Amino acid sequence: MSLKDKLVSSHIVFQDSLDPDSALYDLRGSAIKTFEEEGFPSKKDEAWKYTSLNSILKENYSLFPTKKETSLDFKDVERYFINDIDTYNIVFVDGVFNAHLSSTTHDGIDVCTLNSALTKPKYKQVIDVYFNKIAKEESLTSLNTAYAKEGAYIYIPKGKVADKPIQIIHFATGSEAATLLQPRNLIVAEENSEVQIIERHQSLSDTAVLTNTVTEIYAGKRAMIDYYKVQNDKLKASLVDTTEIEQHRESVVSVHTFSLGGNITRNNLNYYQKGEYMDSILKGITLIEGKQHVDHNTLVHHIEPNCESHQDYKGIFAESSTGVFNGKVVVEKEAQKTNAYQSNNNILIDDKATINSKPQLEIFADDVRCSHGCTIGQLDESALFYLQSRGIAQKEARALLMYAFANTVLSSVKIPQLKQRITKLIAKKIGVSIGFDI
Amino acid sequence: MLTVKDLHAGIEEKDILKGINLEIKAGEVHAIMGPNGSGKSTLASVIAGKEEYEVSGGDIHLNEESILEMDPEERAHNGVFLSFQYPVEIPGVSVTNFIKTAINQTRKAKGLEDMPASDMLKMIREKSELLEIDRKFLSRSLNVGFSGGEKKRNEIFQMAMLEPKLAILDETDSGLDIDALRIVANGVNKLKSKDNAVLVITHYQRLLDYIVPDVVHVLMDGKIVKTGGKELAHELEEKGYDWLKEEVNA
Repeated sequence: MSLKDKLVSSHIVFQDSLDPDSALYDLRGSAIKTFEEEGFPSKKDEAWKYTSLNSILKENYSLFPTKKETSLDFKDVERYFINDIDTYNIVFVDGVFNAHLSSTTHDGIDVCTLNSALTKPKYKQVIDVYFNKIAKEESLTSLNTAYAKEGAYIYIPKGKVADKPIQIIHFATGSEAATLLQPRNLIVAEENSEVQIIERHQSLSDTAVLTNTVTEIYAGKRAMIDYYKVQNDKLKASLVDTTEIEQHRESVVSVHTFSLGGNITRNNLNYYQKGEYMDSILKGITLIEGKQHVDHNTLVHHIEPNCESHQDYKGIFAESSTGVFNGKVVVEKEAQKTNAYQSNNNILIDDKATINSKPQLEIFADDVRCSHGCTIGQLDESALFYLQSRGIAQKEARALLMYAFANTVLSSVKIPQLKQRITKLIAKKIGVSIGFDI
Repeated sequence: MLTVKDLHAGIEEKDILKGINLEIKAGEVHAIMGPNGSGKSTLASVIAGKEEYEVSGGDIHLNEESILEMDPEERAHNGVFLSFQYPVEIPGVSVTNFIKTAINQTRKAKGLEDMPASDMLKMIREKSELLEIDRKFLSRSLNVGFSGGEKKRNEIFQMAMLEPKLAILDETDSGLDIDALRIVANGVNKLKSKDNAVLVITHYQRLLDYIVPDVVHVLMDGKIVKTGGKELAHELEEKGYDWLKEEVNA
């Protein structure tokens, strides 16, 4: 039986395990129908032209999170946390919330599990207004909705500032079988609120894992959200990460994606600007090797006037790794005075590495400033010579240049400990031990 | 210190250096002058080991040892320093951090431990004062947004920190106003000793008023066509290069 058939036929069993009176019952039912009609995306779909999921759909995945909580010792997984700062943590192990590793709160803000938000009456109002409102009815998102049960729920009410960053970590133990995980996150930051979030998906074994995650982010007026995605998973772990963001007047939302590991990684990052004077920031560093594949598919939809968007994606591809950047900017007729910037710069280290870069601008307004630039090249030989002439060995010199290349993305990370961690991960990945820290 | 013997080098089948002979002794300052395109910067790059250039004949010795087979960093570890005409920008890496990396990489190559942080700071303070470099400047990203003068001063600062045996200054005067030129030249003069040597490459005689050479060479079409004392630089400033061309062709 194909994975699609298995997912469709297992859905009834899944629904039966949940409360039939829940408002989500019908929603899940119609979502699985959408998935059944559309199936998994294939290379025939324009948006999936350069990314094929075929190789990972063949695995015999277990579909449901196991009921019992898997125990994990903190010391065994500590290295996957940003642990040198105080944070709230929402941790899941094989799709099940792990209270032992988590640190949640309801003190002024809500940092807890989506499952409790979906089932407890006091959250009903927020869920009714925001849940599944921005997510699109397309195949993988619908599949996620059909099985939506667990994930992070973060609610920052009007005027509140989250007093520390929030880490969302999904572990896959892979102890028994190949695992399909479908976390669903909902983040609502109301008017004048602020929050910083770090998200990570981490496999703990060499068993195949496929994560199909959907995150909806709602930024109210003047809300400030900084979201960081750390993608440094094992070689048998694949990820489809869909993030849908709705922004309102004068809000600023940044998403930094650090793609340094995994098998196949597909990022769908979509912004919808519903208001004036706001800024959307999309940044990413991709640094991969072997046969790894990372695809960034972005959309910024400028709907109203006087807004900005800034995209800066840097990619370094070694060996026979492949990258995709598909960045679309739509400026509606009403969205005058839009400033939209997009840049995608890539370095191909080896002859067999590939990058497919496709910027798309659809501009219907006449008084806008939009720019996009895409470069593909090698490390600058004269820069390399400059560093070597100062006594820096070639390997370290190359590392330093790669670091400098990626720096425009790193420099805007607002959590110093996270920045340091990413810097270390990059240094390790390049295979040098010199300190870049300023 | 440096001996260049019948050096032939070029790029992609094009000969640029066509038999250079040069002997620089410890404690000496040599200048190489010449019109644009004569091969001055190529000579500097070939001595420092730029891989783009292919050496088709001859040899380069530093202290009796051939350096032709050495990578650029090995040449640096052996005491060669090249001040670049166009220093490269490295965003995200501060001047201080860059120089720390360069020094410790050199020490590592010599089997030494990293320089203790306190020694490093002391040295940075001394050398930056020598070159009238502001503290804030040291925490800026290397060469990013630097003016022409700042870039060159930073090059000489690195030279001061690395204490080379042979310093090659490639068009260090270009893009400098007179004040910056004086500071840079003063720095070089203070770093001069009986144990090191300086090779100044320049199009104009201006810098040589401040860094006074012992020997001046004229490079034309890949060959040294005339060698003399410091007065040769003045003669070139007055008369240009054309008379030399005629002399060579005659």
